[in-house]
Amino acid sequence: MLEVINLEVAYGAIRALSGISFTVPQGRIVALLGANGAGKSTTIRAIAGLVPVKSGRIVFQGEEIQGRPPHFINRRGIAVCPEGRRIFPNLTVLENLLLGGYGRKDKDSFRQDITGVFRIFPRLEERRHQRAGTLSGGEQQMLAIGRALMSRPRLLLLDEPSLGLAPLLVREVFHIIERLNQQGTTILLVEQNAFAALNIAHYAYILENGRLVLEGPGPELLADPHLREAYLGEGLDF
Amino acid sequence: MDIVTLVQQLVNGLSLGSLYALIAIGYTMVYGILRLINFAHGDLIMVSAYVAVMGVGLFSWPWPVAFGLAVVLTGLLGVMLERGAYRPLRRAPRISLLISAIAASFFLENLFLVLAGGRPKPFPTPPWFAGVLKWGGVFIPRLSLLIPVVTAVLLAALFLLIQRTQVGRAMRAVAHDLETVSLMGVNVDRIISLAFLLGSLLAGAGGLLWAMKYPQVNPFMGIMPGLKAFIAAVLGGIGNLAGAVVGGLLLGLLEIMIVAFFPAWAGYRDAVAFGLLIVILLVRPTGILGESLGEEKL
Ligand SMILES: Nc1ncnc2c1ncn2[C@@H]1O[C@H](COP(=O)(O)OP(=O)(O)O)[C@@H](O)[C@H]1O
Ligand SMILES: [Mg+2]
Repeated sequence: MLEVINLEVAYGAIRALSGISFTVPQGRIVALLGANGAGKSTTIRAIAGLVPVKSGRIVFQGEEIQGRPPHFINRRGIAVCPEGRRIFPNLTVLENLLLGGYGRKDKDSFRQDITGVFRIFPRLEERRHQRAGTLSGGEQQMLAIGRALMSRPRLLLLDEPSLGLAPLLVREVFHIIERLNQQGTTILLVEQNAFAALNIAHYAYILENGRLVLEGPGPELLADPHLREAYLGEGLDF
Repeated sequence: MDIVTLVQQLVNGLSLGSLYALIAIGYTMVYGILRLINFAHGDLIMVSAYVAVMGVGLFSWPWPVAFGLAVVLTGLLGVMLERGAYRPLRRAPRISLLISAIAASFFLENLFLVLAGGRPKPFPTPPWFAGVLKWGGVFIPRLSLLIPVVTAVLLAALFLLIQRTQVGRAMRAVAHDLETVSLMGVNVDRIISLAFLLGSLLAGAGGLLWAMKYPQVNPFMGIMPGLKAFIAAVLGGIGNLAGAVVGGLLLGLLEIMIVAFFPAWAGYRDAVAFGLLIVILLVRPTGILGESLGEEKL
């Protein structure tokens, strides 16, 4: 569904990604793991059209999308749940969700999707008319995911959805990600929380300093001694 | 002062304040999104007035046509201004943007100086607007009532758009986080254009009302109402739409009341307005409804 080929991204003189290639097959959860500064967010931002691609190609459903503006890429069916949630604090919960489905003309199913998001995240429904800035961190994360779902994405890019959440909430969020995937959404999951991500990912890539250094099926990497060594010591277990 | 005079002055203040509010919206919307004081905004008042003068005087169009065209062209000019003078500088330091705005303002003023000459021209106020209403002992120019009514209608439409529609939500969100809005499938450039369009349409309408109230047109006529509206926007809390309205009305009432209660001070009303600006900036730079600078509250 998504194919990234020799992707290179630089911020001025700083090279953030030096030619990475990976694929996200339809219906899968693919995890992109790595330490802070490895280039995970840069990868997501490049796919979403937020940072210019220096070289390489990004192919989504047979169409090259590198160099296209973010709104174009969103309309093609890619939604992003950005790092740090980035909900609109001055808008209400409901307004955040409505904006997530910007440009949709199908009024009836649009309403249904809002109900659907409220079914997944009942706490959002209780707070629907509250300013999003007043939500707790966990609720904001749920809103960010719900907002991304409102465009009915074929591919959902999640950038560190567990960041800053209490362990219990992390588990809940990952369950929800798994459920969304079972309902048909393809997912690219970026995480520092490697073990939590590997538990639900079908396939995973490990990113280090802008290069992919390891890849394999989730359970296989979970058993990998090198990976355990690299990540267990950093307390990224859950 | 008797009650009759007081009512008359209140209506005057309300009508002047409405004009400030109408123009202040444009400043505050642009500031909310781009953090730019669009110094060319006041000149749109002048452009709108000139288009109406030329339409009625030169081409002998009926006034509704000339007025309608004046408002529309002013709106489009605002959009072009953003395209030409501000969009290319979106990633430049903010000071470059400010300099560009000042340049745009000088450009418009001097363009009309060349096109229309420096001599003030009378504004062709349609006779219907020039009438005076009489209630008991109160004489009120029809225009003084019309200005607040027109303003109220336009602002209600604007607030409905901003609060109730997807583009309105996008506009409020863009003021907060431009990048994330683009991830929602929103073409942010279009939203910014729309903000300029709306603010400039209101300035266009304000320009016509202003020109009927002070029926003389010259290339520099937009400067003073522009500055006053800017003060009003700061007074209400720049970046805040409701603040622009509150600030406009307060400033208008304040000016008129100075003239009414302290006739000897009448000549200082502009000085009082600018003094007010300095005081706000010193005491409460976030204005009446503003919460914190740098944060927006569209
Ligand atoms: N806007 C930016 N300007 C300059 N360098 C950046 C910028 N964003 C990220 N970087 C650099 O790019 C590298 C990758 O960052 P990022 O993709 O955010 O990593 P991760 O999400 O894996 O923590 C880091 O070295 C970071 O310092
Ligand atoms: Mg990151």
